[in-house]
Amino acid sequence: MSAVSAPLIEVRGLKTAFGTHVVHDGLNLEVRRGEIIGLVGGSGTGKSVLMNTMIGLKRPDAGEIFYNGRALGKMADSERARLESHWGVLFQGGALFSALTVRENVMAPMREHTDLPRSLMTELADMKIALTGLGPEAPSKFPSELSGGMRKRAGLARALALDPDVLFLDEPTAGLDPIGAAAFDSLIRELRDALGLTVFIVTHDLDTLFAICDRVAVLAEKRCVAVAPIDELLQNDHPWIREYFGGPRGRAAHQAREG
Amino acid sequence: MSDVAAGLTIEEEGGRVILVPTGDWIVDTIARFASEIARIDHDIDPGRVSIDLSGIERIDTAGAYLLARPIHRARDGVTEQHFRGDHATARRLIQLVLEKAINSEPEVEDRRFGFIQAAGRIGAGLEAAWKEMIATFAFFGHAITSFASTSARPWRFRMTPIFAVMEVAGVNALPIIAVLSFFIGAVVAYMGANLLETFGASVFTVELVGIAVLREFGVLITAIMLAGRSDSAFTAAIGSMKMQQEIDAMRVLGIDPYEALVIPRIVACVIMAPLLTFAAMIAGIVGGLLVCWSALDISPQFFVTRIHDSVPIQNFWVGMSKAPVFGAIIAIIGCKQGLDVGGDVESLGRHVTASVVQSIFMVIIVDALFAMMYLELGI
Ligand SMILES: Nc1ncnc2c1ncn2[C@@H]1O[C@H](COP(=O)(O)OP(=O)(O)O)[C@@H](O)[C@H]1O
Ligand SMILES: [Mg+2]
Repeated sequence: MSAVSAPLIEVRGLKTAFGTHVVHDGLNLEVRRGEIIGLVGGSGTGKSVLMNTMIGLKRPDAGEIFYNGRALGKMADSERARLESHWGVLFQGGALFSALTVRENVMAPMREHTDLPRSLMTELADMKIALTGLGPEAPSKFPSELSGGMRKRAGLARALALDPDVLFLDEPTAGLDPIGAAAFDSLIRELRDALGLTVFIVTHDLDTLFAICDRVAVLAEKRCVAVAPIDELLQNDHPWIREYFGGPRGRAAHQAREG
Repeated sequence: MSDVAAGLTIEEEGGRVILVPTGDWIVDTIARFASEIARIDHDIDPGRVSIDLSGIERIDTAGAYLLARPIHRARDGVTEQHFRGDHATARRLIQLVLEKAINSEPEVEDRRFGFIQAAGRIGAGLEAAWKEMIATFAFFGHAITSFASTSARPWRFRMTPIFAVMEVAGVNALPIIAVLSFFIGAVVAYMGANLLETFGASVFTVELVGIAVLREFGVLITAIMLAGRSDSAFTAAIGSMKMQQEIDAMRVLGIDPYEALVIPRIVACVIMAPLLTFAAMIAGIVGGLLVCWSALDISPQFFVTRIHDSVPIQNFWVGMSKAPVFGAIIAIIGCKQGLDVGGDVESLGRHVTASVVQSIFMVIIVDALFAMMYLELGI
């Protein structure tokens, strides 16, 4: 499954800063085609900023992001647009359009990029919404009528709307109940296996890390201090990594998988 | 990425209908087949349909959904007999889509138009307007009691926000209000000069400018500018706090949102409106004075003396007396609309609009009431 393949996304020597506050400095990261890669790091270490930089919402102050070996910052608009239409992004807060219902939210990218008939679009949107585990009453609700976890699911449905090749997920299981989180994990894995997706997940959910991530990147000291399959990370003796996985929750998740 | 054109052929074999999809069945390519598939779904017993997977190149969940549609209603479930040929992932995707998704029929919206619907809408609109009015009065009452209870404990007045609003809504509005009022004063003077000259009574332009600006224009321009400028800001600020649940957080933390958000704005507007009105009056009279000087050769000294002698001071007090009332109306409507904002951006926009429209409307209505009152009082 996780046969070594060419990197799809490469972050090289990335530096980002807000004013004088440097978030990343000399950060390198490779995302391989078809893998599920997790990103962990303490709160405020810049995980969301890294994701936003990788999808081109924030310009790097130094360094460059490469897709298939092509620099994101140097692409022509048309090439960039074609690339973006193969991405699905779930933001940390869901970022649903508050004036649209959940169904219209999921249909929004389809309307923009396809010429599907309206009735089929509606059905496809309802299918994606059901796939993410929302009930049949959800499609006609407005985002403000949903709970935090439901908004996450609706956001995922929108990210999946165009069956993207690359999924960027920012803390997808935060706010979900454990059953929902497990279903989320298995959906992501199933989609990856069936569609050959590449998935980049920012997460603090140790179960997700153990259950579905092929590799895990650790963000600390403004860069990726380690990128490895989780079993290797457990052997790593970086103090933050030891504390992260060696703490009571880390041990519990590890045992759950072993047992 | 090889975009192999998608195709679909339909074969009949031994009483079964066989769908043979070819090429890429992905979201970008399947639009053409929607009606064909819908027809098969509608016409043909799902038990008799099979899908030949061997010609498919790439497939995604949208393609899988479309292929699954003619078979999803099969009475004894989807089984071996529904598939022919092999594909690395298609079968699995179709199963995934079938088991997780196709469970609900899309609901049909009621989209009828007609006389009864139109009448219904008018009725609903009127009822909403009536309820809105009652709610505004209730808010008014709430604000007043809140103000009274704070006045009993004056140290609870929040000075910092009061001064902040006084600066933003008041001091910063001074230049634009003064400029507008200056030009209105000038326009009134031109009109007067033109009309009164035909009677040889152009010297009365001074009275015209004095009375119009002091009694009405100074305070009206101030109120309208406050409504357009500060009301929208109040509604937007309080409304976005409401959207982010900040108001709920305040309540839970024991902070009364009326005391923290509404009272400071009302107090600031009630204090600033008369001061701005005074500035507007001065600017308006200066506008009139300059026009009289340049167009009618009435010297500034004469203008000032004449205003002093022949424009009764009541006019000034009439104008000034309205200012705090208008200030209060504007602040109350702005805060009320802000607190009414719901969860979405659309409602924020709607309430900002409503806030500006309602406050200008109310200012003009109340101004008319004042005019009637002062007429009866003979002032
Ligand atoms: N728009 C912004 N302006 C200034 N600083 C920001 C902004 N967004 C994020 N930051 C800072 O960048 C750092 C990383 O933030 P973020 O990526 O959101 O953290 P997390 O790893 O928890 O997702 C934080 O220190 C935060 O204060
Ligand atoms: Mg974050």
